[in-house]
Amino acid sequence: MDDLLSEFLTETAESLDVIDVELVRFESSPNDKNTLNNIFRLVHTIKGTCGFLGLPRLEAIAHAGETLLGKFRDGALDVTPDYVSLVLESIDQIKVLVAHLGEEGVEPDGDDRPIISRLEAAAEGRSEFSEAPAFKPAPVAVAAVAEPEPEPDDAGDPDLSGVPEGNGRWDADQGRYLRPGEVTLAELEAAFASVDGPPEVQNAQPTAPAGGSGGGAGVHDDDHEGRKGGPGPASIRVNVDVLESLMTMVSELVLTRNQLMQILRKAEDSEFKGPLQRLSSITAELQENVMKTRMQPIGSAWKKLPRIVRDASRDLGKKIELVMEGEQTELDRQVLELIKDPLTHMIRNSCDHGVEAPGDRLAAGKSEAGTIKLRAYHEGGHIIIEVGDDGAGLKTERIRQKAIEKGLVDPAEAHTMSDTQVHRMIFAPGFSTAAQVTNISGRGVGMDVVKTNVELIGGTIDLRAKQGEGTTFVIKIPLTLAIISALIVGAGEHRFAVPQLSVVELVRAGSRCEHKIEFIKNTRVLRLRDKLLPLVGLSDVLGLGDDGVDPGRADLNYIVVMQVGETRFGLIVDQVFDTEEIVVKPLSKRLGSMTQYSGATILGDGAVIMILDPNGVATSVASAAHAVRRVAKEERDAAHAGAGTQEQTSFLLFRAGGSEPRACPLSLITRLEDLDASTFEGTHRGPVVQYRGRLMPLVHPVGAHAMRSEGRQPVLVFSQGESVVGLAVEEILDIVEDRLDLQLSGQAPGVLGTAVLKNRSTEVIDLGYFLSQADPAWAEAAAGQRRKRQRVLLIDTHPFFRNMLAPLLKASSYDVEVASDLEEARARLAEGAFDAVLADTDALPDPEALQTELGAALQAPLIPMTSRQDAAYTALGPSVSKSDRHALLAALDQAIRVRGEAA
Amino acid sequence: MSEQEYVTFRIGGQIFGASVSEIQDVFSPVHMTPVPKAAGEIAGVLNLRGRIVTAICARARLGLPDLESDAPEPLAIGVERDGENFGIIIDAVGEVLRLDEGDLEENPVNLDRTWASVSKGVYRLENTLLVIMDIDRMLASPDAGEQAAA
Repeated sequence: MDDLLSEFLTETAESLDVIDVELVRFESSPNDKNTLNNIFRLVHTIKGTCGFLGLPRLEAIAHAGETLLGKFRDGALDVTPDYVSLVLESIDQIKVLVAHLGEEGVEPDGDDRPIISRLEAAAEGRSEFSEAPAFKPAPVAVAAVAEPEPEPDDAGDPDLSGVPEGNGRWDADQGRYLRPGEVTLAELEAAFASVDGPPEVQNAQPTAPAGGSGGGAGVHDDDHEGRKGGPGPASIRVNVDVLESLMTMVSELVLTRNQLMQILRKAEDSEFKGPLQRLSSITAELQENVMKTRMQPIGSAWKKLPRIVRDASRDLGKKIELVMEGEQTELDRQVLELIKDPLTHMIRNSCDHGVEAPGDRLAAGKSEAGTIKLRAYHEGGHIIIEVGDDGAGLKTERIRQKAIEKGLVDPAEAHTMSDTQVHRMIFAPGFSTAAQVTNISGRGVGMDVVKTNVELIGGTIDLRAKQGEGTTFVIKIPLTLAIISALIVGAGEHRFAVPQLSVVELVRAGSRCEHKIEFIKNTRVLRLRDKLLPLVGLSDVLGLGDDGVDPGRADLNYIVVMQVGETRFGLIVDQVFDTEEIVVKPLSKRLGSMTQYSGATILGDGAVIMILDPNGVATSVASAAHAVRRVAKEERDAAHAGAGTQEQTSFLLFRAGGSEPRACPLSLITRLEDLDASTFEGTHRGPVVQYRGRLMPLVHPVGAHAMRSEGRQPVLVFSQGESVVGLAVEEILDIVEDRLDLQLSGQAPGVLGTAVLKNRSTEVIDLGYFLSQADPAWAEAAAGQRRKRQRVLLIDTHPFFRNMLAPLLKASSYDVEVASDLEEARARLAEGAFDAVLADTDALPDPEALQTELGAALQAPLIPMTSRQDAAYTALGPSVSKSDRHALLAALDQAIRVRGEAA
Repeated sequence: MSEQEYVTFRIGGQIFGASVSEIQDVFSPVHMTPVPKAAGEIAGVLNLRGRIVTAICARARLGLPDLESDAPEPLAIGVERDGENFGIIIDAVGEVLRLDEGDLEENPVNLDRTWASVSKGVYRLENTLLVIMDIDRMLASPDAGEQAAA
């Protein structure tokens, strides 16, 4: 394709986009001469250039359109939506022809007579439109502004319509007769000179008709001289490929700079330090500027939207106004391209489902015309795009119903969901609430496609809806895809980059940390701020070799808490290195099918590492998603449980004898195992199994006879210092979190009482009983380290904890006295000396008051306990969680040791 | 008859050849980053003068055992396809041979399917056979190659 033609195509495409926008604006304010003149000028330029390039079809349509526009300009015709539609139709036809021209290099064969004759008919007032347009003579005032001399056929003389070329007036500038409705070039120039164009086209307006004497070519040249030599910012067209390669090279430069800086860091006092620092800052500046060349105002992606809203509102019989804010907000052109389609879809959606019909609006006490507001702004390295309407909001109940119908959510769950949760269901695949499929939207590919597309470019989407006030969608996308901020993590020998956008926080977990990884069968979870976070090991996701250390069981783990859409999960990694700005390189085609990675990058030290795709990681762990749902459900259940005055405790439910579930506080269990029953060995005391290098006695709540002799045997493992004991059960059922409402009864040994957990009556087992049964040495094991048994006073108002903690403390070879209130506590203290006092601070007065209350009788250190999961600080120091056995014993041990040293 | 220049290289006990015009360079694959969960023949990715190269292990691709640990360091031949850089890891590089295209014989029918899928044909040299490697097939995943061959 020759240069001239490709130049024409680029320019025409731009002009057509502008015309679309301007026409819609013109329709709403028909008296705006500037807008009309701008449209007129653009159409005229297209026509002129077509004539010059020898494109007769395009020229003919453009001409007919121009004629009609000329009538508007002269005031000969009133502007009606039908006329504007007709002009838009002709613009569409031009677009079709231009598209073909772009592909084939020639105009397609065909006839545009229908559209041209309709345009001509409209221009002559011979209208096929229902609403007969007023055909009035040109007012003098308008003519004075726009046109020095009215056209002869302006009067609407039908004899002159359709006269063959040559019968019109002679235009000396163009060297030919004028077509019907055509104006001479000189008149046109005069018209332009008399009116100020809108700012965006001002520099394209020639200051003098420099090359105005060359027919079509003259128009073309004019335009160019205007662009090049006119005032305003100087700009040139640059091939996108050049920018891309520039970007690549700068990326390489950045990497090389990073490498150099790393070397420099090792070498103290290098003479390179100064120059390298300078190189570094120049590189950064260069990078920034090159990035800028890729940036485009988001307005360029919005150009088509006014037209879409206009057409949609006409089709739907609604009145909709589109308000755009922040068109100048810039973002990477690559991102821009990718966001266009989702935006278009969302705008259509808002027209169709958001804004109500005029009648409904009036009934609701709103103005007849609805408003769709498009807003873009920067926020911390991201661009936020909001698409909001002032319509009816979302029909929560209908969405809920639909979600149930479509099987996206089970009915029980659906009714416990909050409104926001229900609203988010519209992002679920296959969800479309439109009662009938309209032309505008609702083809079943709905918001889920939008969501997928937004997520593909590393963005997120959410919505706010208010009944009767409207719906606003909020899209958050990165400014650029080329350079992202990433967290470098390690798994085994490998390093990977995790896009910072998906990282919510970093948590350290381990035996010495506040957080601990817990196990439900083999699923790992973490308690994080009263929620259970499902965990997955990066090594497991990537199938990295098992080096003996099971991820999550190590002493110290790093957990990267990630948010992917609605899913939140923790990724267990071995190491966390650094945050780096990385240049994203696309994955090789050979690896392209891998969902785990989104690309690769070269780090400052020159090594290549893979960039993890958070979406891929989330999906490759199906169980994680499942767990997330359950967490969400539990959260809701918890919310429904009400006031929350009662503490929640996690229980492991299992079956052992009978069909009724039994329970044991989860926090007391060290591990859940599934052991091979054939490895069990019998001893005179009972069965034992070799477990992690030592013998573990086993006990079954029903008796040793119930123990399996072959197959797998689920075992709850309890450990205490050096000794471990296994409690064999028939089946591990579930983990529940519930308030504990223990009903005590004088029941069989080994049973603390009965509680209603998840609406089922459940026996809570007495661990102390079974553990000492399994291993009489259980108690002595810990005692070996102490010279004499310590006396501990346990003050707790709650019977469950008294019953749970007392055996536990006894098992750890403390002599325990129990008090259920202050009265009792004072009595016990009076009876004899204690080495330590454990007091429940949840139900009792606060620790300080407690200390005063107990007064002189209290000779021993007071250890505050709480049944809340997170240990809080009190005036007496950190309080210990009752359900954290290790912490409790450690605190006790510490307190007694400190006291011993002080004495 | 036109002559072709072939770079020869050794993988296991077999000498292979590839057209000189297809090979960009020969480098030693160091500091390779393995890609977990990738197909077996993907040896990893590495940084070659600022470009990311995907390394394909020819031994794994051809179903040969890994190079013994005491063997000399392997080399890689660099090729570019659709703007992407690849390295095919081989045992050693040999001389460049100038051979007549007309002498290229078809793959023997009983040749192992995997091998046949990556071989364009065979030259009978004086004391050995030279298998001409189809680089495109070599870079494609084995499944695709086998299907193409079948």
